Amino acid sequence: MSQKILMKGNEAVAEAAIRAGCRLYFAYPITPQSELIEYMAKMMPKVNGTFLQAESEVSAINMVYGAAGCGKRVMTSSSSPGISLKMEGISYLAGAELPSVIINVQRGGPGLGDIQPAQGDYFQATKGGGHGDYRLIVLAPNSVQEFADMASEAFDLADKYRNPVMILSDGLLGQMMEPVSFKESKTDEEIEELGKQHYEWCMHPNTGYTERHHNEINSLEIDPNVLEQHVLELEKKYKLIEQNEIKYEEYKVSDDNEILCVAFGISSRVVKSAINELEKEGHSIGLVRPITVWPYPYEAIAKAIGPKVKKVIVFELNLGQMVEDVRLAVNGKVPVDFMGKVGGIVFTPAEVKEKIEESL
Amino acid sequence: MTYEMICSGFGGQGVLTIGRFLAQSGMKEGKNVSWLPSYGPEMRGGTANVSVVISDEEIASPVVSNPNVVVALNQPSLDKFGPPTRKGGVIFVNTDMCPKKIVVEGVDIVYAPMSQMANDIGSPMVLNMLAIGMIIGKTGMVKYETLEEDLTSYMAGRNPDLLKMNLAAIKKGMEVANQ
Repeated sequence: MSQKILMKGNEAVAEAAIRAGCRLYFAYPITPQSELIEYMAKMMPKVNGTFLQAESEVSAINMVYGAAGCGKRVMTSSSSPGISLKMEGISYLAGAELPSVIINVQRGGPGLGDIQPAQGDYFQATKGGGHGDYRLIVLAPNSVQEFADMASEAFDLADKYRNPVMILSDGLLGQMMEPVSFKESKTDEEIEELGKQHYEWCMHPNTGYTERHHNEINSLEIDPNVLEQHVLELEKKYKLIEQNEIKYEEYKVSDDNEILCVAFGISSRVVKSAINELEKEGHSIGLVRPITVWPYPYEAIAKAIGPKVKKVIVFELNLGQMVEDVRLAVNGKVPVDFMGKVGGIVFTPAEVKEKIEESL
Repeated sequence: MTYEMICSGFGGQGVLTIGRFLAQSGMKEGKNVSWLPSYGPEMRGGTANVSVVISDEEIASPVVSNPNVVVALNQPSLDKFGPPTRKGGVIFVNTDMCPKKIVVEGVDIVYAPMSQMANDIGSPMVLNMLAIGMIIGKTGMVKYETLEEDLTSYMAGRNPDLLKMNLAAIKKGMEVANQ
């Protein structure tokens, strides 16, 4: 780990992606993620990478499709309305099983909405968004350091499962500066090796291969019986991901908890402050923070409900999306309550504290 | 110790920079820091502001609802961020742009004609450094030496004259804060 640098989340994740071996980046600018594309524009030429500002989000995601089909580490990023435009391409990436990384620095919606932080794209990211039966692996950071760390984690997961991975961030994390340290950069040789792991299925130059290869990258299958098999194979893969890749954080979870909170991303930081304040007043409140929002830590939430927990409260910067997954996890054991903020407004620690106090 | 600071003023008065240099120095002194700016239309015409947390402990929320340090460079900033200041906290008020005074229970309020003082030092541009001086002089949030080192490495090559003026402004601010 290198020395710490004070950096915006948008810049930190771009730097981390380059260090993780991303040499191809296609995107279209949008606030509040513009520092990310600016950083890539500046840095990609220095590592002999390709930065391309596409004419639209739709073409950017299809460039990702092409590059991923060549087995390369490739990334795109946008903010909510731009991510909506990419949804068709994302479904194609999932259908064709192409490893790729997509970053969503969420802003207020629906429609063009505004440019302030929000978490209103939870459903889109975790339940589909594009058409057909598919899943994205979705990682939700809550600090600039974690945002950066997730870049290499996302590429590794994408390679491991041949699946697109989304980092679900927000405008606050993108704009905020915090100290961040980076892993060593991958060498050109290491990056080449990473590409070779996909040679069995991807497009690649025939160098060193005596027999010419013929691989097809496609998400179209006209024969229903063949498509059925393909989708069932995808399902097996998604089940494997659910078994292996669930990640979450527990904060002050104990048998003394009076209330259990659930929050993801930046909301969880605000909830932690409220929990700390309430602890000073003698109250024990726990928090479960899903780090992967798909696959979702249903069991972890169920297990974290201690014997004295009266209620589970979910905090999100939307009208109530993840709360549906929490209800599935809690399964009627205790009441589930919700507090949300919309319009790009972030709740303050004082507001969260007040909400929890109502139930104490 | 945890400092939860909000700096606020008109766009162009350098409030984001105040936060940035303090956060940077806090980090160099081994503390946990976060710097959260207002951005977009929030800043247009009205007040630009930044929330900075500098702490020996892990920082939970970078969103500050009750600051213990407030810098108000204009009246709308004082009206908005003055009242929620915590007991035991301090508010720095630029009297050149805040004609009204404020009373907050248990909070120390430091008044100074900061715009005029910056002009006297040599440029309205050093207003933010004057404010930094007042903050560290009063609270000890970070050390002067750390700031000097950081500013020097940032500006020495680019504009040595401005560097001198900035350092003079920080020192003047520390002096004023301790009066």
